Amino acid sequence: MASTMALGVRGLRLVARAPILGNPLNVVAIALIGAFALCALFAPVIAPYDPLLQELGSRLRPPSAEHWLGTDSLGRDIASRILYGARISLIIGVVVVASAGVFGTVVGLVAGYAGGLVDEALMRLTEVFLAFPALILAMAIAGALGPSLTNAIIAIAAVTWAVYARLTRGQILSLRRREFVEAARAIGASRIRILWQHLLPNVLAPLMIQASFDLGSAIIAAAGLSFIGFGAQPPTPEWGVMISEGRNYISTQPWLSLFPGLAILLAVGSFNLLGDGLRDAFDPRLSRAD
Amino acid sequence: MRFLGFLTRRIVGIAAVMVGVSIITFAISHVIPADPVAAALGDHATDQQIAVFRSEYHLDRPLPEQYLTYVVGLAHGDLGRSIRTRRPVSDDLFDSFPATIELSLAALIVAILVGIPAGVWSAISRGRLPDHIVRLVSLVGGSIPVFWLGLIVIGLFYYQLGWFPGGGRIDNFVAPPPSRTGLYVVDSILAGDLEALRSSVLHLVLPALTLGYFSTAVIARMTRSSMLEVLGQDYMRTARAKGLQERVIVLRHGLRNALIPTVTILGLTFGSLLSGAVLTETIFSWPGLGRYATAAAVALDFPAVLGVTLLAAIVYPIANLVVDVAYFWLDPRTQHG
Repeated sequence: MASTMALGVRGLRLVARAPILGNPLNVVAIALIGAFALCALFAPVIAPYDPLLQELGSRLRPPSAEHWLGTDSLGRDIASRILYGARISLIIGVVVVASAGVFGTVVGLVAGYAGGLVDEALMRLTEVFLAFPALILAMAIAGALGPSLTNAIIAIAAVTWAVYARLTRGQILSLRRREFVEAARAIGASRIRILWQHLLPNVLAPLMIQASFDLGSAIIAAAGLSFIGFGAQPPTPEWGVMISEGRNYISTQPWLSLFPGLAILLAVGSFNLLGDGLRDAFDPRLSRAD
Repeated sequence: MRFLGFLTRRIVGIAAVMVGVSIITFAISHVIPADPVAAALGDHATDQQIAVFRSEYHLDRPLPEQYLTYVVGLAHGDLGRSIRTRRPVSDDLFDSFPATIELSLAALIVAILVGIPAGVWSAISRGRLPDHIVRLVSLVGGSIPVFWLGLIVIGLFYYQLGWFPGGGRIDNFVAPPPSRTGLYVVDSILAGDLEALRSSVLHLVLPALTLGYFSTAVIARMTRSSMLEVLGQDYMRTARAKGLQERVIVLRHGLRNALIPTVTILGLTFGSLLSGAVLTETIFSWPGLGRYATAAAVALDFPAVLGVTLLAAIVYPIANLVVDVAYFWLDPRTQHG
């Protein structure tokens, strides 16, 4: 527990040293993500209607004072569904990135530090997963497990971890012969301690950049899977499901699909913007070029 | 000699990855809770029908034996028989693959033709309005769900404006050109069939633009940042000091060097186009691999899913190999380093 806290403090110190808030675009990204998180947390308080409440008398209404973003084919309030959808999308992003990130990082740490046959075997496995076009593999997994939001999350995490493994291994290879690691080894630190206390904190920055981009990618992938029927199922107020439900009304009532898509664009765009900002802040070589 | 050694190592590497890919796809489709027999025959199948089905698809054999049967077949180009279409999977793939290649190539051409100039323009006007516009448009391109973009594009350009067809590869009343490459645009040019050419190009525009937007954004960003790095190099200052025209400096001295990293990501881009093609094809009723894969996965048609996944997984390393070979020839340093 103590070492977990030490790692957290060390990582945060490294992160805090980077000039993140100096860039106005980062402030915009963090504000948008904050708003997104607030919508997700307080959806029941903010949403004007129950996201599942059907009012067949007011189907397919255009945006108005009563229904800000209109209603869908079952008379459900689109704004309320989008707010609840933020909750689902945030959970998808966090669960995918946390599970794939932790698993991939552990694989990368072990491969990079152990070297030799272990490294060779783990990296071949990583390459196999990187060779699959993500959506097709996710579709096969989600299809095999049966369509549901949980299975979509498992499928997306299964195609995401390999990037973290490769990233971490690359960093470890460049770090493990550095003096501070040799010094730790010389004073008799255990392998676990070297990995956990000395190597991992130095790998955190590129992992955080990747995580920021992957939060967005996971949200898009889950929405895509739901759109073709392999993810969340109706009547769940998930953004991909909502776009799919509005598909047949695109020529007459375009708001059914328009607004959930804009919500995805805004959420994913803010994570990508933050990822760009983090990369500029952490990597002076790239920020000079930018 | 160095080149041959490099090529051999890469091909052995790809073969090793393909063995891994075949094991994983096989595991996904065979170690599954969902029941392919019920999916194919429905709930009212008799025990005898089920037994015949299980024996026809070797489902009654132990898993390792099923895998061996599969791999031996694979070595003979046999991917099994699709449960849904009842045809050999290789035939199905052979029929739908050219449509996906045509769409992906068109999208890649869009991405190169738009992305590279946009990246250069953005870099040379760094910090000014054109730069901000390109960066914003790229950010949106990297964040937009392709299936939603497709829907909006159809709503606008097909339903509202009526400028382009809303789906398919060619008009129903136009006969497809005789197949030589399987790419309708190329085949209609080869056959000199202007009607088919017009129809197939019009059908290609919206899906190619939709699919290509993401890659355009990636290429524009990559070109911009490598161009900025090159613009700060000493040899650029020298070129300026020699009094060369700005256009010559940017294009001949700058872009040539800046393009090297862009070329290396083209292979990756092609891989991501395949994933994007699944959703784009679904939206535009494009009869390619993606639509075939979706239909197969819905029907729990595991030989078909396995076939598509294998094909998709082999395209990606091969695209990367082609890029690496091109790179090997383009950048003399890799031949001596």
